Amino acid sequence: MPPRIQIISILICVFLVAYVFELVRRKHLSEEYSMGWLVTGTLMLILSVSEGALTWVSGLVGATLFTSTLFFFGLLFLMVICLHFSIRISALTKQMRTLTQHVGILDHEKKALEKKIHQPPWQTGSSSLEQI
Amino acid sequence: MKTLSPFKSQTLPQREPAVIQEDDTAKTFSCQEPLIKQPKILIIIPAYNEGKNIGAVLNGIQKQSPGIPILVINDGSSDNTEKVALEHNAEVISLPYNSGYGVALQTGFLYAVKNNFSIVVQMDSDGQHDPANIKDLLEEVQKENRDVVIGSRFLNRASYKTSLARHAGMLLFGNIASLFCGQKVTDPTSGFQALKRRAIEFIASDNYPPDYPDADFIILMNRCGFKIKEVPVTMHASPNKESMHHGHKTIYYVFKMFLSIFVTLLRKSPKR
Repeated sequence: MPPRIQIISILICVFLVAYVFELVRRKHLSEEYSMGWLVTGTLMLILSVSEGALTWVSGLVGATLFTSTLFFFGLLFLMVICLHFSIRISALTKQMRTLTQHVGILDHEKKALEKKIHQPPWQTGSSSLEQI
Repeated sequence: MKTLSPFKSQTLPQREPAVIQEDDTAKTFSCQEPLIKQPKILIIIPAYNEGKNIGAVLNGIQKQSPGIPILVINDGSSDNTEKVALEHNAEVISLPYNSGYGVALQTGFLYAVKNNFSIVVQMDSDGQHDPANIKDLLEEVQKENRDVVIGSRFLNRASYKTSLARHAGMLLFGNIASLFCGQKVTDPTSGFQALKRRAIEFIASDNYPPDYPDADFIILMNRCGFKIKEVPVTMHASPNKESMHHGHKTIYYVFKMFLSIFVTLLRKSPKR
């Protein structure tokens, strides 16, 4: 691998790993979601630093250029993480939908109770406190 | 079957019903009088920015089916839908933001489960459905071997006018639903339906399609053993609104429907 691209990829991987740590430290990224980025960043760093490992992996996937191997695994990671996020978004959408429905029903119940409380007792036949 | 509600069933204050309801029967009649159990019926209307139409719809229902409680699900409307509905003595559940037809409708079914309604009639808020047909749906759904009664605009009547593309879509998915249900389904998109308690609970569970129920849900209900029947109803052209499936949404609708039917057939039928 040409030294320039090797240095660039090492720098990118080091920056990525360090930035992810910083995001977790500042609580901008949860530990759950940091794992994928940290594992990928570390693996890419190993491949960038160790030419032996890169040669072995390139032979394994049939890549003729070392840079192609890095791009291949970079893209693979992006695909996996996009799918993972789609699954998470679907779950969150479902949860939000359920919450929305219950907020609507609870708000309706709250208004009905408020209406009942504010009715004078002679209209309802019992005191407001009894109704509560 | 798992219902979405995490709450325990409670009795909510409701408008005075015109029919004798199941819970009130014992209080109303003495031992000598015959106990005729009337089903507890609720009409559910999901509404989004229908302030102009919903008043007339509610008036029509109250005229044709007096005494049946009406629940309007205000789906995050930015107009006066909620105000108009309240002025017409409907119960109103307002969702905090626009969540879509399916979510609004399911909210009504959750309410029906929680408040022990035994029959639900669902209809649209845009004046498309004729309130005069409510009694037909109710009459049919109360018969033996009926869980869901769908009001069809194409059954025995050819008066409903729609665009060619929309008609072709309805025909296609109607035929697919007919094929997998083993019975004729002429109007799979109809939102004018009456449902019995078992079907109400099923819709309130997480088996319900999140965006809009269509041929896929009819197939699912059929696979779960629900008895479905279509009855002819009159439907008017929607006065001032485009279809839910207009424009680019048509492409999504067709894609979603094929995918949903396919995976419905692949899945194991959920327990009722």
